[in-house]
Amino acid sequence: MITGNLKASYAADERVFDNRNKWAFFAASLAVLAGMAGFANDYVILVACQMGILLIAVVGVNVVTGYTGLISLGHAAFVAVGAYTVAIFHAGFAGVIPDGLMALIAIPVAVAVSALVGIIVGLPSLRVKGLYLAVATLSANFIVIFLIEQEAFAHWTGGMVGINTPAPDFFGWELDTKREMFVLIAALGVLTLLAVQNLFRTRVGRAFIAIRDRDYSAEIMGISLLRYKLTSFAISAALCGLSGALFAYFYARILPEQFELALSLELVAAMIVGGMGRTMGPVFGVIVIVMVPEVIKSLFGVATGGEASMAQLLAPLQDIAFGLLIVLFLLFEPLGLNHMADRALRAMNRWPFAR
Amino acid sequence: MLSVSDLHLSFGGIKALQGITFEAKPGEITGVIGPNGAGKTSLFNAISGFYTPDRGRVAFAGRDITGLTPDKRAELGIARTFQNIALFRGMTVLDNIKLGGHTRLKTNVWQALAYFGPARREELAFRAEIEERVIDFLEIDHIRKAPITALPYGLQKRVELGRALAMRPKVLMLDEPVAGMNREETADMARFILDVQEEFGTTILLVEHDMALVMDICSHIVVLNFGQQIAEGTPAEVSRDDEVIEAYLGAAA
Repeated sequence: MITGNLKASYAADERVFDNRNKWAFFAASLAVLAGMAGFANDYVILVACQMGILLIAVVGVNVVTGYTGLISLGHAAFVAVGAYTVAIFHAGFAGVIPDGLMALIAIPVAVAVSALVGIIVGLPSLRVKGLYLAVATLSANFIVIFLIEQEAFAHWTGGMVGINTPAPDFFGWELDTKREMFVLIAALGVLTLLAVQNLFRTRVGRAFIAIRDRDYSAEIMGISLLRYKLTSFAISAALCGLSGALFAYFYARILPEQFELALSLELVAAMIVGGMGRTMGPVFGVIVIVMVPEVIKSLFGVATGGEASMAQLLAPLQDIAFGLLIVLFLLFEPLGLNHMADRALRAMNRWPFAR
Repeated sequence: MLSVSDLHLSFGGIKALQGITFEAKPGEITGVIGPNGAGKTSLFNAISGFYTPDRGRVAFAGRDITGLTPDKRAELGIARTFQNIALFRGMTVLDNIKLGGHTRLKTNVWQALAYFGPARREELAFRAEIEERVIDFLEIDHIRKAPITALPYGLQKRVELGRALAMRPKVLMLDEPVAGMNREETADMARFILDVQEEFGTTILLVEHDMALVMDICSHIVVLNFGQQIAEGTPAEVSRDDEVIEAYLGAAA
C-alpha cells in the first residue's frame, strides 16, 4: 500500500524506482537471476540465454520503433552485423591481440560497426515514414544477408554455410559453458535496460518521443529531426549489434539464414506483445515469444502421446497456435503486457483502499 | 526584434502572402488579425520555418534567418504555439514542458545513458527552474503528472504556452491562444500573456480572432486580408481604418 505521493525533493520525484514496490520488484528480479545462475538446470539456462540475447535486440527495436515511432522491419540485419563482426574480428586478429582481451575489444567493435550500419539504414527515415520506411528497412535486411552470402566474401563470412565462432575469454576466464554465458548475458541485459531507462529520463530520450508523437512540434522545440532520427537508429542498431555479438559467442556457429526476415519479425512481434515504448515491454514480450512456443510444443507432445509420426503431422499447428495467440493479443490488449503489469502495480499500490 | 520584409508566399496559383512587411518591437505585443484565410497562419509558418517564402526575408535580432530550418530558429529563441494544440499526447504535462528546454540543455547521448553525473545534475536544476518559472507561474502544479489527453481544452492551451515558456524565448508566437475558450478562460489567458510580457520582457506576436482581447493587450496591430497587408498601426488607428472596417463588416453602409 502506498498512502500518498510524499516527496520532499525534485530528486526524489525524478527517481525511476520511486516507491517500495518498484524497488522490491527490481531486487527480486536480480535475486531470481542470481539464483538461476547458481541453481537452474541446463534447459532453463539455455532458454534464459536465448531470451537474454533476444531481449537486448528487442530493446533496440523498441528504441527506434516504440519510442521514436520509426517502423523498422530490418533489425535482424544489425544482429547479423554484430555477430559476423565478432566472428571476423576474432579470426582476423587471432595471435595479434591476446585471447584474454579479444572479447573486450571485439564486443565494442561489433556494437560500433552495427551503429554505423544503423545510421546508413536509417537515412531513408529522413524522407519517408510508416509503411514506406518499413519497406526501406526490410530491403536493408535482404541486402545485408545477400552480402554475407556472397561467394566473394566467403573467405571472411563463410558464405551460405556459415562460420564457426569462438567462446569469449575475459583475462583467461573462458566462458565455455552455457551457465557462464548466462552470467554475461544477464548482466548485459540488466545494464541495457537500465541504460535505456536512463536515456528516456533526459533530453535525448524525450526528443525521440517528441518525434514519435508529433514531428513538426518537435522541430519547433529545436529538435533536429536529422540528428535525432539517426541517433535513434544508431542506438537501436548498436543494441542489436550487442545482441548479435552475444549470439555469436553463445552458439558455436552462425549462419546467414538465422538473421533473415523471420528474426526481424520476431523482434517486432516481441516488442508489440510486450508493449511499445515502455521500458519493461521487451522483457514481457521476450518471455512470451520464447516461452509460448516451448509450452505449445510440450502441450502438443502430451496430446500426441509422444508418437513421432503424429507429432510431425501436428508440427505446423504449433506455428498456427502461436500466430493466433499474437492476433488475440493485438485484439484484446493492444498496449501489451506492460499495460497489464501497470494495472496490477497500480492496484497493488492502492490496496486495500481501491483496486 | 523580429522583422518581416516584403514576404511573398504562394501555393501553386494561390497567393497566400503578398508583400508582408512589419516589425515586432522588443518587449511589445504585436497582433496579427484578419478574416479567415487571410494568411495569418501561413505567415506564422513562414516565420517559424515550415514554409520557404518565394521572396522577402525574415530577420531576427538583425540577423537574416530566412534560410534556417525550424529547429535552428527555435535555438535562436523563437517559440510558438499552434492554433490546434500540438502537444505531445503520449506524455505527461511535465514531460511536455521539459521538452521546451531541449535547446538549452546540453546532455549528450553518453551522459544520458549513464544518467548519474552531469545528466542528473542538469535535469534536476532544470526541473527546479521550470517548476518555478513555468509550472508555478501558469498555476498548473496540480496537473503536472497528468497525461495531456486527460486535460480539458483550456488547460491544454495553457500547457502549450508553458512548453513555449520553458524555451525562455526571446520571441513568443501565439497562434489563436484563446480560440474556443469561454470568457473566464480567455481572461485567464490574457492575464498570463501580459504576465509573460511583464515578467520576462518577451516580445510577443499574436494571431487572434477575439477582437476585444487583441485591442486590449496589443500595442501594435497588423491587419491581413487575402494575403495582403491592408493596415498597420496602434489599435486605435487600425480600428478607424476604412479598409479594415470593410474587410470585417463588408462595404461601409
